[in-house]
Amino acid sequence: MSGPPVEMIRVLDPGPLTTVQDAGRGGQMRYGIPPSGPVDRRSFVLANRLVGNPDGAAALEFTLIGPRLRAEKPCIIAVTGADAPVTVDDAAAPAWTTLTLAAGDVVKIGAARAGVRGYVAVAGGIDVPPVLGSRATYLRGRMGGVQGRALARDDGLPLGAAATATAPRRRAVPLDARPQWGGEPVLRVVLGPQAERFTEDGIAAFLGSSYQLLPQSDRMGTRLNGARITHARGHDIISDGIALGTVQVPGDGQPIVMLVDRQSTGGYTKIATVCSFDIARIGQAKPGQRLRFTAVDVAAAHRLLEESDAALAGVELQEIA
Amino acid sequence: MDVNTRVRALEYLIAHKAVAGVVETVPTYSALLVYYDPSIVGYDALCGQLATLAEQATTTAMPPAREVQLPCCYEGELGPDLEAAAQRLTLSVDELVRLHAGAEYLVYFIGFTPGLPYMTGAPERLTIARLDSPRVKVPAGSVAIGGIQCCIYPVESPGGFWLLGRTPVRLYDPDAAAPILLKPGDRVRFRRIERREYDDIAARVAAGRFQPVIR
Repeated sequence: MSGPPVEMIRVLDPGPLTTVQDAGRGGQMRYGIPPSGPVDRRSFVLANRLVGNPDGAAALEFTLIGPRLRAEKPCIIAVTGADAPVTVDDAAAPAWTTLTLAAGDVVKIGAARAGVRGYVAVAGGIDVPPVLGSRATYLRGRMGGVQGRALARDDGLPLGAAATATAPRRRAVPLDARPQWGGEPVLRVVLGPQAERFTEDGIAAFLGSSYQLLPQSDRMGTRLNGARITHARGHDIISDGIALGTVQVPGDGQPIVMLVDRQSTGGYTKIATVCSFDIARIGQAKPGQRLRFTAVDVAAAHRLLEESDAALAGVELQEIA
Repeated sequence: MDVNTRVRALEYLIAHKAVAGVVETVPTYSALLVYYDPSIVGYDALCGQLATLAEQATTTAMPPAREVQLPCCYEGELGPDLEAAAQRLTLSVDELVRLHAGAEYLVYFIGFTPGLPYMTGAPERLTIARLDSPRVKVPAGSVAIGGIQCCIYPVESPGGFWLLGRTPVRLYDPDAAAPILLKPGDRVRFRRIERREYDDIAARVAAGRFQPVIR
């Protein structure tokens, strides 16, 4: 996305936590800077495709309740992710669908009925200045996005030049390709790298019982509560790297799943890593919701990742008359 | 060759040989986290390549380390744990400062918060158990010791190390072209400064007119 900012979105109400995110900031974890980016990459990518953007274009991620935005100029948007009601000038509008806004139109996204994180993509992408090659907001580091912070009332969002001069066709993500949030998701994990630091009972508890998501969860990590995962010897290690999906278990035996804004290193034992294709399912679980873990080996994880990537690449957007 | 030098040498070799499929690496004290793209390289194939490089890493010559000089003021409110640490170590405050400022430190990795250097090199005499109860807020720039380590807090954050002084230099500046000052493998020396010079440098840092000495 190059060229001068050409269009504007005005933030009338940001919602509790709305940030600019793109595909994420690579290569900086050795300096302590996490990748950031969307928690639910699949919904983020589909929002961008609906407006004709490249998959990694900068869009908005909202949390639990969506923002209220006014189009200052005509623009094309799409809302995906958490299941939240969308209105344009108070008339119900479909999510997972290309929406055409006229200058002055107000789009409002309400409270999520299911899921936690939603995405608002705008044709051309949100054109905030890239920092270390990315527009993603890293809140704790006050980096990227709009001045390193969450959106605030009256912010004006510049847009990049749209990829196509003509408006993209109106399209929708087919119903069977839209995710279902809720229930008791089973997350696939690869055990390790310190699984041997736990007792057999501890591993059995981790894989055999359900864990409830605690409200103290954010883009850095998801805290869970359930059957105690017992350590065989000590819960501290010499600090080492923390991956996306790392399941840390501190001394209290309760798991923490690390997400996109995680610290780069840590000193708690790591029982497993949640597979990247299941990160969205934990990121979309609401506080109080229960989750389960099941172990797969590395070969199976890679096969499932390939299938998941192929399924996303193969989503055929439906034309709307 | 010590384990951390081997970790950094392995990271250097991976970057230098541009190993296919490797996306990102994170060195720590005794481990290297390697992120890779499994659509480019398989797990077993990559492990084989990394094992070979890990052997070579024991004899690899790395590019010369940078030497970074950081001014540090060991006075009053800027070093709130100075007296308690001196007492715990049965040293005078002046001896503690002299020993701390006289050493050369090796950044063996960056982690926890953006740009935070974990360093070794303090004289054994300064080995000290971490604070019983970590502080909720440590001011940015605080220079601190804990265990055998020395660290500098780049942003206000919680912390369990003893705060001996403060540097006016920014280790993390999200608005700068290069937001992170220190890199794994850097050598760091502290230059003891008085409060007046601290304030002067802090003002120049704020105005974007101060660069630490880097050789």
